[in-house]
Amino acid sequence: MRIARLAAAALVAASLGAGSALAEDGHGTNPPREKWSFAGMFGRFDQAQLQRGFQVYKEVCANCHSMRLVAFRNLAEEGGPGFTAGQVKALAETYKVKELNDSGEEVERPARPADRFPSPFPNDKAAAAANGGKAPPDFSVLAKARTYERGFPWFVLDALPFTGYSEQGVDYIHALLNGYEEAPKGFTMPDSGYYNKYYPGLVIAMPPPLSDGQITYPKNEAGQPVVPETIEQYSHDVSAFMAWAAEPHMMARKALGLRVILFLILLAGLLYYVKKQIWKKVGGEVHGLQPELHKTY
Amino acid sequence: MSSAHATSTYVPKSRLAKWFESRLPLVGLVHSSFVAFPVPRNLNYFWTFGAILIAFLGIQIITGVWLAMHYDPSAGNAFESVEHIMRDVNYGWLLRYAHANGASMFFVAVYVHIFRNLYYGSYKAPREVLYLLGVIIYLLMMATAFLGYTLPWGQMSFWGATVITNILAAIPVVGDTIQSLLWGGYSVGNPTINRFFSLHFLLPWMIAGVVVLHVWALHVTGQNNPAGIPIKSSKDAVPFTPYATIKDVFAVVVFFILFAWFIFYQPNYLGHADNYVPANPSVTPAHIVPEWYFLPFYAILRAVPDKLGGVVLMFGAVLILAFAPWLDTSRVRSCNYRPVYRVFFWVFLINAILLGWLGAKPPEGGYVLASRLCTVYYFAHFLIIMPLVGLFETPDRLPGSILETVTGPGKQVSGAGLPAGAAAEPEKRG
Amino acid sequence: MADEGPQGTKRDFLFLATGAGLAVGTAAVAWPFVASMAPDAATVAAGAPLDVDLTPIQDGQIVNVFWRGKLIFVRKLTEKEVTDMKAVPLSEMIDPAAFDTRVKAGHERWLIAYGNCTHLGCVPIGHSGNYEGWACPCHGSQFDAVGRVRRGPAPTNLPIPPYAFETDTKLKIGEEGGKAVA
Repeated sequence: MRIARLAAAALVAASLGAGSALAEDGHGTNPPREKWSFAGMFGRFDQAQLQRGFQVYKEVCANCHSMRLVAFRNLAEEGGPGFTAGQVKALAETYKVKELNDSGEEVERPARPADRFPSPFPNDKAAAAANGGKAPPDFSVLAKARTYERGFPWFVLDALPFTGYSEQGVDYIHALLNGYEEAPKGFTMPDSGYYNKYYPGLVIAMPPPLSDGQITYPKNEAGQPVVPETIEQYSHDVSAFMAWAAEPHMMARKALGLRVILFLILLAGLLYYVKKQIWKKVGGEVHGLQPELHKTY
Repeated sequence: MSSAHATSTYVPKSRLAKWFESRLPLVGLVHSSFVAFPVPRNLNYFWTFGAILIAFLGIQIITGVWLAMHYDPSAGNAFESVEHIMRDVNYGWLLRYAHANGASMFFVAVYVHIFRNLYYGSYKAPREVLYLLGVIIYLLMMATAFLGYTLPWGQMSFWGATVITNILAAIPVVGDTIQSLLWGGYSVGNPTINRFFSLHFLLPWMIAGVVVLHVWALHVTGQNNPAGIPIKSSKDAVPFTPYATIKDVFAVVVFFILFAWFIFYQPNYLGHADNYVPANPSVTPAHIVPEWYFLPFYAILRAVPDKLGGVVLMFGAVLILAFAPWLDTSRVRSCNYRPVYRVFFWVFLINAILLGWLGAKPPEGGYVLASRLCTVYYFAHFLIIMPLVGLFETPDRLPGSILETVTGPGKQVSGAGLPAGAAAEPEKRG
Repeated sequence: MADEGPQGTKRDFLFLATGAGLAVGTAAVAWPFVASMAPDAATVAAGAPLDVDLTPIQDGQIVNVFWRGKLIFVRKLTEKEVTDMKAVPLSEMIDPAAFDTRVKAGHERWLIAYGNCTHLGCVPIGHSGNYEGWACPCHGSQFDAVGRVRRGPAPTNLPIPPYAFETDTKLKIGEEGGKAVA
């Protein structure tokens, strides 16, 4: 018994030592945690923010990054940016898509709401060739495809109600857009690439995509800007838009979840009392491990 | 279900029922197995996990069949068809998240079930066959889960499939042939995902078949219980219905709350972000780790610097479970009466969790050393501690009857458990 | 009793022959099922030799190509790497292999090797690790500039696919001695 305890203590000590030794190994800084309207059990997308985020994507990101799983019609669907069907139709028509005509020739026609967002490059190889050998990642599910390690004990809290956290990918994207800075002294930069403190590996091929005042957001009735036109604001908006694109049914999911869980709790309560009633007939029952109940008499 | 059948009190009433029962005694079988079956009255909530597991087998099969209606098992389209389910299919996101998280919940439940069995010594005589069938179900579950995880054809799917099929190549002589037959090509590719889908569809039905045998064996030997002593009189037992039935239903619904939490609020928590990146055969993700339920075995695989040795130990770690009934020398089943082994049980549990944590860590420095220590302890538990503690430990005195553990000695309770004679001794040894 | 011997033998033979027949039949039925899982004709055909143009590859660069669905590294070694790799004593290696067994005579600046780690098949990352070669992100194996394993758990060196130089700048993977590999 004592040996077992000692062994267990040694194991814990060894692994803790290993943990602290490996904590810093030159990867990017962990992104700061931002406030998102869609986080948490009651989270909802902010329609105005998604619309602004779409504008940032359309005017800046879409020049290099595809979003090939998202269709124009999605922009008007429940739980999304809330564009009207008319707006979506007009928007789609400003794009051209290729199709085959009756004689089998490739022709262009204006896009329809049912079409997916056209990609900036005809295929991945063309995208890679135009961007220094590596294709810019597709944005469709990128907000779910990026994360960073949270470590113990945070990863436990992340799963729980009220302390739950599932926006690592969105926070990473937001941080990355704000993470460009001068390389620290002593850091040798390669011939190409930019220093970004949040990028794993620290040198990213993408030049800083955003600058203050780059995109003109719609003004309010008084002609005043509604939100500041800054990198911080742009990056927030486009990250939120990407969160929606990666999980377009998130609001429906959370709303249904609340009802399902409340129903299950109610049902469990009813079942508990039914069970108690039934077991009363034989004088009750035991719960748990209860070694103390099993002590010899 | 011979001995359980002896306890059947089912008497067909209508003429039709009599006619049917004399040709196929199905109703009587169900009645004796799930209605009149004597259940030890001291079972605690750890005994509800069998019902929870059956519920999850059902959920996985149903959601899986429905997902298969929309899924396209080809290397070119699999990833996109999964996203099609997530985006366009009505409630597709619900089906997929239920299936993905259902697999994790299935393993949560099976691990509780396995550790309950280890704590209360349920694997011991006369339940060895029941237990071996359980080990087979666990192996089939692992195979099914692995095959299923490859199907979305993301980076983790692809590289998980690559790593596991390369493990099989370590088998001497036939390894390369097995690998090539699994791949259907020269590497993991389109033929691989096709056949993995086919096998992923097949295996759950095999699990269902072995579950029938598992339940059958359970009804021959009767259930173990926290005291680890057999049912001796009708007062030790209650009929399965309504007592165990209502308790199981209650426990299943409570477990569903946890399940729903993950589906609706943390659907990707138990998965890997890299699996939302489409499979790319020329880049391996920086941190490739299996699903959480395989992590302890993955840590054992990586603890050994030799490829074949690692593979042997990893499979050995699962297969050694099958020898537990013969490695444990104690005559007492339940850890409640085993003061020494009880401590080792908890150390073993902590060691298993530690192995799981190490399996998620990069294979460097202190982690490798810690994995090695934990691996040695894992095997030492079965090969040294189990046989030796059983020989030298002085167990606490066992209670006279199951009833005594519920009420205390010499007290009476109102209402007998079973009709007299109903609790025919389902257990011969003990 | 006397004539039971030959009769018994006759009966035994009958039983044996029937049993053998059933076994052969079962095996014959099983064979197509097993064989259908092997690489199919189209996959095998797709493994025809592959031409690689070496002109654009710079000193020290690693290029990934695919042949038969498998990743292959084409690496142009620098002068320094060649010198260093020649100098490594065999006793330091896990799977000892001299430099000239890793490259073709007359083309010692070119390493052609399968790109999957010999441990469990991950793709090692180029220009990393302590041996001027690759480091595997999965289980920490390291390979040197000519793909020799220098740190476990990988048991063997990166295998060399069949290949031949058609000219100094043209490589044919999947062909050896002027013949395509089956």
